[in-house]
Amino acid sequence: MSDVVEKTLTALPGLFESQTGAAKITNRLRQLIKSITELTSKHEEENLIKRELSAIKEQVSSPNTTMKQMREIMVRAMYCEMLGYDASFTYIHAIKLAQQGGVLEKRVGYLAVSLFLNEGHELLLLLVNTVLKDLQSTNLIEVCMALTVVAQVFPKDMIPAVLPLVEDKLSHPKEIIRRKAVLALYKFYLIAPNQVQHIHAKFCKALSDKDPGVMASSLHIYLQLIRESPDSYKDLTGSFVTILKQVLGGKLPVDFNYHSVPAPWLQIQLLRILSLLGKEDQSTSELMYEVLDESLRRAEMNHNITYAILYECVKAVYTIHPKAELLEKAARCIGNFVLSPKINLKYLGLKALTYVVQHDAKLALQHQMTIIECLDHSDFTIKRETLELLFRITNAQNVTVIVEKMLDFLCYVPIKTLTFAPDNSWFIQTMNDVFSIGGDLLQQDDPNNFLRLLAEGKPEEDDQLRLYAVESYLTVLKGHTSHLPQCFLQVMSWVLGEYAHLQESVDRREVIRLLTQLLDQRSVSSETRVWILSALTKIPEGQTDLILDLAESLSSSQDTVLRQQAQELRHLSQDSQLREWVLVENSCAVDSSLSFLDGFVSEALAAGAAPYKPPHQRQEELSLNLEPYSFSLPVSLSSCSITDRQSPTLLSVSSGLSGNSAELSTLILEGVKRVWGKDGYLPQKEATAPPVDEPSAAVQPASQQEAAERIEPRPEPSTQNQDKQQLASSLFVGLGVGSSVSLLGKSEAPPPRFRKKPRPHESSSSSGTSKRSSDSSSRSSRNTTDSFLYGSFPEEEPATSISTFDHTPKSTTANGLSQNKDTKEDRHANTSQILGGDMVIVRPSTIQDKHPPSVSSDLTALLPADLKDLPHSDVISLTSDPSLSLSSCRLFRDEALLLVIFISNCTETVIKDVAVQLTCEELKVCTGNVMDCLEARSTSVCHYALLMDDPHTNVSLTGTVSYQTQPGHTNTLPFSGTLSTADFIRPLVVTTEEYGKLWLSLSHDVKQNLKLLTDAGDPLRTTLNALKDALQLHVVDIIGSEGIVACRLLSGAPCLLHCRVNGAALAMWLRSPHPALPDFILYHCQRALAHH
Amino acid sequence: MIKFLLMVNKQGQTRLSKYYEQVELGKRAALEADVVRGCLARRKEECSFVEYKDYKLVYRQYAALFIVVGITENENELSIYELVHNFVEVLDKYFSRVSELDIMFNLDKVHIILDEMILNGHIVETNKNRILAPLLALDKMAES
Repeated sequence: MSDVVEKTLTALPGLFESQTGAAKITNRLRQLIKSITELTSKHEEENLIKRELSAIKEQVSSPNTTMKQMREIMVRAMYCEMLGYDASFTYIHAIKLAQQGGVLEKRVGYLAVSLFLNEGHELLLLLVNTVLKDLQSTNLIEVCMALTVVAQVFPKDMIPAVLPLVEDKLSHPKEIIRRKAVLALYKFYLIAPNQVQHIHAKFCKALSDKDPGVMASSLHIYLQLIRESPDSYKDLTGSFVTILKQVLGGKLPVDFNYHSVPAPWLQIQLLRILSLLGKEDQSTSELMYEVLDESLRRAEMNHNITYAILYECVKAVYTIHPKAELLEKAARCIGNFVLSPKINLKYLGLKALTYVVQHDAKLALQHQMTIIECLDHSDFTIKRETLELLFRITNAQNVTVIVEKMLDFLCYVPIKTLTFAPDNSWFIQTMNDVFSIGGDLLQQDDPNNFLRLLAEGKPEEDDQLRLYAVESYLTVLKGHTSHLPQCFLQVMSWVLGEYAHLQESVDRREVIRLLTQLLDQRSVSSETRVWILSALTKIPEGQTDLILDLAESLSSSQDTVLRQQAQELRHLSQDSQLREWVLVENSCAVDSSLSFLDGFVSEALAAGAAPYKPPHQRQEELSLNLEPYSFSLPVSLSSCSITDRQSPTLLSVSSGLSGNSAELSTLILEGVKRVWGKDGYLPQKEATAPPVDEPSAAVQPASQQEAAERIEPRPEPSTQNQDKQQLASSLFVGLGVGSSVSLLGKSEAPPPRFRKKPRPHESSSSSGTSKRSSDSSSRSSRNTTDSFLYGSFPEEEPATSISTFDHTPKSTTANGLSQNKDTKEDRHANTSQILGGDMVIVRPSTIQDKHPPSVSSDLTALLPADLKDLPHSDVISLTSDPSLSLSSCRLFRDEALLLVIFISNCTETVIKDVAVQLTCEELKVCTGNVMDCLEARSTSVCHYALLMDDPHTNVSLTGTVSYQTQPGHTNTLPFSGTLSTADFIRPLVVTTEEYGKLWLSLSHDVKQNLKLLTDAGDPLRTTLNALKDALQLHVVDIIGSEGIVACRLLSGAPCLLHCRVNGAALAMWLRSPHPALPDFILYHCQRALAHH
Repeated sequence: MIKFLLMVNKQGQTRLSKYYEQVELGKRAALEADVVRGCLARRKEECSFVEYKDYKLVYRQYAALFIVVGITENENELSIYELVHNFVEVLDKYFSRVSELDIMFNLDKVHIILDEMILNGHIVETNKNRILAPLLALDKMAES
């Protein structure tokens, strides 16, 4: 192998002369390469490339430069860019070279384009014509290179221009052209799937192409398609099996072999496809058992590439519907891997094992001694992979040992593991170790997750844990602290500030002294100082002297933020009233759905703004690939001092109307009311669900030991071996007989609340574990202490004139509107004439039901008989004046939303000429209607059918009632309200099959991760039910961790939702024929879940 | 998926780089330096795969030259390891006993070969004759 590269730099001079023929190299390029090889420093490199770039600049602008020279210039430019220097002025010349050069120049031109320009670069548009011309060339080489570049970089919105030409090439007589055409289509499919939907049949033809190369290229497309929707391609299973059989049987030409193994990468590709097809599908799996068996058998040759195939094969066997015989063989294969002396194979074996234990934890038992050995392996990668494996088999019994091993390693302890923590003290102690050893290497999330864990619990239950933390931190702080990592100091100061008061016996002065001491330390970063000062602010009053001293000493600090905080500290400690104002118990609900922006959004939409689109959708539509801004901007404290209980560095600004925040991994306080008062933490949220103990696990230890022994009969262990065995038994405890059961079994004594699954990646933007209102955070950015006291807790505007409708229909049944079907027919006659354009209020049909005025809750009784049975919302008051009062109620009809307005006369006299006029900003103004008179103390009802053709987030309604109390004197009374898209969503009752067909026919899709409601046994079902209740969706089916849901916009556009549990999130994929509908539904789903 | 392929010598000088996922020009040098450092630090008896950020690196050394491939977690490391060798075998076939200098003097051709083998981060051709066919045709045309 190593003889491949023998020539060294010493051969350099000879080489320069020996270049002949096609490989002839011109002087300048040779000079450049020679100089590059002689470089000794970065500085030299910089000078060299600068000189080179200016030489190139001169040359490209000279009119005498030939295409041949240009080709060489391009290679020189490639060198410059490869070394990291910008040569963007040559890009245009690369395009020109591709346009005008001879064949070889053209190829280099295309190559330079593909290296220099990324997708979305505007210069690519200039390439389109060249590509078009070359695709139609009679020279196969030109066609070939055009197809290659199309498959590499091509402007997305120009695809339609070349698509017919590329499609034509699918039936070209030359295999290489067909192959490249298939690859180009694959690329189109990746960047703009909608464009190539119509040519699925041609993919199928490519799959059955007589040339193995063309067939192999089509597998890329199929792998992608099948990954996206395995069910649609089950019928191809037979073909894939046959192909794999032929490959295994050596039916391919011999030049497809690699070290006498037939087309190994093709085999791997096929195995991946088969495992996707056979996953959770017994009948499909049965089709492939035979070929998998053969594949396992064939791969007996001792070469790396056969092991690569075997690995894929084993994965497939464990992914598809299990067959005992195959599993056994695959397990034996894994055994060969992990026991192999070849380190690369051992690695792959561990990787396979890591994958397999998720399906069958027992297998880890068979290899426990190997695993133990790998755990102490000198190779970092092997060790890391072993820990990954251990992480997967963590359970309540082995957690202490496994975590210890992880700590030894690199302090790589995913907090998740600690959900199995056996008791409080162990947990705190371990976290102390984690923080002090791992310290600043930890991911930013970890300290925050930990703090959240502490903060989230109920006071009674978790005070013990907090107390323990306080005690242990005081001990730590009393010791030597200068070596402690900043993040640990931050965690400690937060906990002390928050919970020191819980511990009666702790002297507050002592706490203040310890914290102050930290401030004096040189090694403490200014960020940590802010944490410490925030903690000091929170330690209750009474120690004014100490605080004042501290404030005094800091007031001359060089750090503005610290000075600011010191100032605040001084103010607060002197003015107890102020203190109460700022740090008093008050709740702060975080509105993560940003519903307070609804008005703004609908206004903007009404003013013609484009509806919000999540970035991926935007990308698909834009011609230029604009990189989205990152979602969270860590705001550094020095620039913006928002401190207090927030974890300062994690302030994130979320752009979140459609909840991109789902991706944020910062710590959050989503929609949870937090209260902080003198008495400590007063949580207002509902008690967290009973600890979920499913993953904690345990079959009786005795039987495990027994099982472990039975499976691992070790011949006379040496003492060292005994140590290992001991370790093994503690590591693998809980994986015994029926281990798959044990992983889900119950634990005897559910330890406190760590069992609660942590939700480290919940969506949201707010950070920190603050409990006190973030409003009280030291608004040090403002200059006066006084000013921030005003407007910090804005009074809720009493919603009188503007009332937002509540979304939940009152009497909806589980299946939405099905109960109303019986009344549908007669209603239909009624509505067909009323329904009009977009969102039109069609029939201002007044029904003069005269009744004595009644309390509004009884108003629904006034509904006309044919509407009484419809599900409806609460009656809410719209407006009133001394004479009239208006209330409204929404009725959810299949094909429309009925808005019913109740007009009550509150006076003792008759009111005449009552006219209601209803306007909807987005759409037409509707005609009003006039009632002759409204008797004293009576109520009349009028209703409007509202239709929505194009979804809007919120639709605002305004209207006026005019009436006459005395002849000739008209009063008007304005009212307004908002409706949400949710009011217009109706369940779409379809079967799973219909759903599947519909899904494929829909073009607009949106994907997003949503919050998963984890507070009940079955998170998926709970979440979907919550959505169903809030949004009138129809849950079509729930299979395993996936659920399908359907709805439509009134009787118009359907929207299909595909939900999959993805870790702690719900991956939602929506499709609809309407481009904007998925976004709106997604938005409402997010809101519904946030409010849940 | 393959994220990038690098050819770097022991001194850490990049001889060829190909990215299948956009990486800013300014960030490439740092990434390459990191990658080489990671691979150089490994001993012979250690496995040929290293974790690097979100990627796995698969590396193979030929004399003074390292070929390093950055791949995603779901890729099969060993198959990539062999792919690298296949690539070197193709180069060897074309240049007959390839050297670091061959690669330097024929940067464009090495890229053309690579383009035939890997496209958008996927392995698209491994048959040596077919990989070389377009390039040989080009050479023939250039000669005539």
